[in-house]
Amino acid sequence: MLLSSISEILQCDIFCGKEQLSMPIEFGCASDLMSDVLAFSQSGALLLTGLANIQTIKTAHIAEINAVILVRGKKPDISMIAFATEKKIPLLGTRFSMYEACGLLYKIGLDPTMERLKCENENG
Amino acid sequence: MDNTFLQTFKIQGGNIYNAGKASTEIKAILKQLGINARIVRRVAIASYEAEMNVVMYAKQATLTFEVSPSQISIIVDDEGPGIPDVSLAMQEGFSTATREMREMGFGAGMGLPNIKKNSDYLKIESVIGKGTKVIITLNVN
Repeated sequence: MLLSSISEILQCDIFCGKEQLSMPIEFGCASDLMSDVLAFSQSGALLLTGLANIQTIKTAHIAEINAVILVRGKKPDISMIAFATEKKIPLLGTRFSMYEACGLLYKIGLDPTMERLKCENENG
Repeated sequence: MDNTFLQTFKIQGGNIYNAGKASTEIKAILKQLGINARIVRRVAIASYEAEMNVVMYAKQATLTFEVSPSQISIIVDDEGPGIPDVSLAMQEGFSTATREMREMGFGAGMGLPNIKKNSDYLKIESVIGKGTKVIITLNVN
């Protein structure tokens, strides 16, 4: 699925990376905990988050997140947009809540990147 | 690559907005050296978590980054409070982070476990009231 399709579905504002909207996105993850993003995401994922600060983009760059969408109308500051531009990470924003945004993307088949935690008695 | 690459970085504690500079640079260097992308990502994550720990808890640190044909090592030697119980700090979810750290998306008790997950060898030496030395090694092949 293309980032442009995701942007359309979530009615996104594009803060930077307009020229990269044709980028393919294979899977997504959602978290406000950057440590969880570092621990459980995969290279090339889309990140949905409510954490609108520069640390989000630093984490995305280190964890090789392809694009970031801020949920529930969160606005990035200038430093966040500047760093995302520098690292060529498209930064978008949606008015949908985290739950709604994830639901909409899951419904159209965007796979999760974070592994489900297995129960202790679960095999395999 | 025939030679060993060595570079040191200074990390300043306290300023969370500057956190990640060394790891970003390390990532760029490893890419330039043509290291496998999966290994680059693991090194960058381990280094970034170690850097965040310095920024959140220590006064300052020296990060020594070394790449040889067979392995990559990152040694973060800080001046800080030290870790009273290293095995407790290694447990997922154990955290002594402040509200400010948590507001930046960190301090959930994933740092050291995440460094372990992304390294082939991890050693932590800590002296209370003096500081902590984190030794991270990854095999290149």
